[in-house]
Amino acid sequence: MLKNPVSNDDHIEGAQNAAVTLVEYGDYQCPYCGQAYPIIKRLQKHYGSKLRFVFRNFPLTEIHPLAEPAAQTAEYAGAEGQFWEMHDLIFENQSNLSIELLLQLADFLNLSSAELKEALKNHTFDAKIQKDFMSGIKSGVNGTPTLYINGVRYSGPVEFQDLVSAIDEIIAVSK
Amino acid sequence: MSKLLPTGTIAPDFTLNVTPDQKLSLSELRGKPVILVFYPADWSPVCGDQLAVLNQVLSEFKKFGAELLAISVDGLWCHIAFAKSRNLHFSLLSDFNPRGEISQKYGAYREKDGTCERAIYVIDKNGVISWNYLSPIAENPGADGILEALEKLPK
Repeated sequence: MLKNPVSNDDHIEGAQNAAVTLVEYGDYQCPYCGQAYPIIKRLQKHYGSKLRFVFRNFPLTEIHPLAEPAAQTAEYAGAEGQFWEMHDLIFENQSNLSIELLLQLADFLNLSSAELKEALKNHTFDAKIQKDFMSGIKSGVNGTPTLYINGVRYSGPVEFQDLVSAIDEIIAVSK
Repeated sequence: MSKLLPTGTIAPDFTLNVTPDQKLSLSELRGKPVILVFYPADWSPVCGDQLAVLNQVLSEFKKFGAELLAISVDGLWCHIAFAKSRNLHFSLLSDFNPRGEISQKYGAYREKDGTCERAIYVIDKNGVISWNYLSPIAENPGADGILEALEKLPK
């Protein structure tokens, strides 16, 4: 079960009153999160306003050295109102992930790459990232991506059809 | 039925190599909580994920003054290479010779496979087992159970 309910501190994409809330604990350098990215996009398209998506940081920094700077970059963009734009760009360019790329993405979104550099150096968004991480640990997240559908851990394969079946079931029950 | 040692009993002492020329005894750690993690094998996918998560939560364990020790039957040089490749910041103990001797004492040995179970003990500062957990072998138990157990320890 998800211990920390979704709140205004979260990055939420989709309608506030959506029937289904999908929470991902993810790591920007994790290849499985990279694979989940287009599947989640497809789910969002499929369900429209019925689904809202929440992304929480779960960077395994000791095995993924770029996970932390990538999370800082997305949070930095978030502070400038462009979290989802950056989140998407990072995953879409995951195979080329580097500090240089993160700075280029900031430029691309008309954000200040100089400010981002400072944020990366000072780990400005550490508190938020760490809070996400620990909320994951306490909910039993043991790797990435870990998904929760309406607060219940999803343990099936991260594939479109499997997720649709699970979500449809929840929608049917909640009616 | 879990064959793990029950809570409330004294954790059996042991001495195992941490590096080729350094040994560690459980009794040396009296005075602080110890998290003892038995796992099947270095390099296996589930163990790698499990230890990566524990590695990432070390700072939280430290808040309780707790020491994390992980044990498998892999040899020391294997442990050293594995720890280096994953940047692990805690000790991997080698229950290598006689194979699985300590794991057997803790009911955490799989005779059939010749490896450790995926089992966790939280031992309090007096050396008493305060929590145990036997995970299905293919399941990564994460760190939430350990943290809850540490929170429940008397201060």
